[in-house]
Amino acid sequence: MAENVKPRVRVPREVAAGETITIKTLISHKMESGQRKDGDGNVIPRSIINRFTCTFNGETVIDVQMEPAISTNPFFEFDAAVPESGTFEFTWYDDDGDVYTETKEIAVS
Amino acid sequence: MKLTRRHTLMLAAGSAVAALLPMRAAAAAEEAIAAFTGGADVGSEGITLTAPEIAENGNTVPISVSAPGAEAIIIIAAGNPEPGVATFNFGPLAAAQAGSTRIRLAGTQDVVAIARMPDGSFVQASREVKVTIGGCGG
Repeated sequence: MAENVKPRVRVPREVAAGETITIKTLISHKMESGQRKDGDGNVIPRSIINRFTCTFNGETVIDVQMEPAISTNPFFEFDAAVPESGTFEFTWYDDDGDVYTETKEIAVS
Repeated sequence: MKLTRRHTLMLAAGSAVAALLPMRAAAAAEEAIAAFTGGADVGSEGITLTAPEIAENGNTVPISVSAPGAEAIIIIAAGNPEPGVATFNFGPLAAAQAGSTRIRLAGTQDVVAIARMPDGSFVQASREVKVTIGGCGG
């Protein structure tokens, strides 16, 4: 069930050499935990994003393994070092096999 | 109320169930911790877990964790039906071994964070979060 999944990422466009940046990411996803029941008492099957990664020019910044206890519309905030100008790539892996990606360019001034 | 034989039996059965439930959850949490640490000793210095003392809505509780120098940090909510919450693995470009997210908590409980250091040691921090409305939709 991958409808209306929209990643949102905030990365500064520029950074001074040697400085680190804080990245905030949010992706709209209902993160069905597999614990809830519908009106007839049937368990609603689990459907979550189970992994989130952030890389910069191919090198890992953070790799998060997620469980059903992560809230709806998963949010992550973390710090990254920016050794040179390049591209951040953000990837979310859904239980149903879908992969959502987002990229952000950053320049070192 | 007179304490009849039936009442006594019901009370005994009720308290047995009540005692068993948190034990089962705690056992699952211990298993999750053991799977991460491999049974190693866990220290308490060098890790910070920030969580609200009282969370009105257990569906989205903001937490942040920081353990300078850590390789990975696991977050465990011992009182949830499934204790695992998230595992942060830090790569070479992580400027700080820290992260924030929002989690679900089924009820008032301790949230535990354990960090694995590059030398193979482990450190742990825990915070009690009081939850007014649980976040499992049950």
